Amino acid sequence: MCLAVPGKVVEIFEENGLKMGHVDYAGAISRACLEYVPEIKIGDYTVVHAGFALSILDEEEAAKSFETWRELQAAAAREGVDLFGRPLGDFEDRD
Amino acid sequence: MLKHLDEYRDPALARQLLAEIAAVTTRPWVIMEICGGHTHAIIRHGLDLLLPPQLELVHGPGCPVCVTPVALIDKALALARRPEVIFTSFGDMLRVPGSCESLAQIRAQGGDVRPVYSPLEAVNLAARNPVRQVVFFAVGFETTAPGNAMAVQQAARLGLDNFSLLVSHVLVPPAVGALLASPGNRIQAFLAPGHVCTVEGLQDYEAMAARHRVPMVPAGFEPVDILAAILLLVRQLEAGRARVENEYRRSVRPQGNPAARQAVAQVFQVCDRTWRGLGEIPASGLRLRPEFAAFDAECKFALGEIRAEESPLCISGAILRGERKPPGCPAFGKECTPAHPLGATMVSSEGACAAYMLAKR
Ligand code: SF4
Repeated sequence: MCLAVPGKVVEIFEENGLKMGHVDYAGAISRACLEYVPEIKIGDYTVVHAGFALSILDEEEAAKSFETWRELQAAAAREGVDLFGRPLGDFEDRD
Repeated sequence: MLKHLDEYRDPALARQLLAEIAAVTTRPWVIMEICGGHTHAIIRHGLDLLLPPQLELVHGPGCPVCVTPVALIDKALALARRPEVIFTSFGDMLRVPGSCESLAQIRAQGGDVRPVYSPLEAVNLAARNPVRQVVFFAVGFETTAPGNAMAVQQAARLGLDNFSLLVSHVLVPPAVGALLASPGNRIQAFLAPGHVCTVEGLQDYEAMAARHRVPMVPAGFEPVDILAAILLLVRQLEAGRARVENEYRRSVRPQGNPAARQAVAQVFQVCDRTWRGLGEIPASGLRLRPEFAAFDAECKFALGEIRAEESPLCISGAILRGERKPPGCPAFGKECTPAHPLGATMVSSEGACAAYMLAKR
């Protein structure tokens, strides 16, 4: 019950007095209660647990994380070696 | 490309993070991932096998299916056998063995046991079946409590007198405190549960990091998230620091989700709770507030004393405390398999034993 993937809100409606929505997970649509994310809009990404949306994913924060990680990647790639000085390809063998 | 998903599975980025982790690790460290969702992702992607050998990941007690005590499963079974009851539950609880049976077995014998995806489905079922009693098995951590609180509030608003919860809610911070306080503790840092922190915020984790001098990093559930969080933890360990660093900023805000926390506080109160494998931990659970007693299945139905029995072969207690790994259990893959689980850690895909079996370790 704790495995949650982010989905995109594609519809918002009311049911028995509660704010509800349809959330799209790469084509699979399911219902979620949106009462705990009152400011959510269509097109927002959300994390849903046991039928309840618990957060709206922050696009700006997500972009910032990637910037940090990409910098790390770029720094190593420029040198063409990993951080032990081995050619980058070596790690493929370990997967 | 799936937004907020595929980019966190980028193999090139994962390799860079692994290289950086290897570069900063100079000594052995033991890191616990608390959440079953993290255990599942780590084993499924084999991340533990790619880390430098000095880093040991131990699997924590964060699978709600795994820590629900047998006595409570037996109570669920007793309710599910009653002819007037429609017993509803998240699907992953159905196959958990009680002392002698599971909910799935009761259903096979004609009991009205129905898996639901949301507790609101159980409320709707109660509204449509006024002559039946609908009981929902309210298990889980801080992530499922808000939904269960809303279900009770909604049943009250609709004036339903045939809806109740069998509550076995557990809280993460007291369990972490108990693990750290145990004399044999080896855990030096925590991958903190990203979705629990999404609800509860970071306050409790900051207090634990300071009090026990352990680094804590709330993380998302994709490989890049987990590796980035491990990198942050190792950097802290190597530098002798112990703070909360938030890897999962796109979902976890410092204050958590205020609306969800408020609903939980209105409906539930903190209580002592017994954890399967860990025993009783003070102030580690939630129960319904007295004003919601009408929605409490334990008050509504006389369930009597129930004596619970665990399989003598199962070592899931030691696994949940991070002392043993699943392959160390003599029954692993022999008497105990996902099709015939002896213990709860083999039932849910978030359980450590099932995660190892599914990854064919
Ligand atoms: S393999 Fe089965 S019997 Fe052994 S610890 Fe895991 S759940 Fe218990």
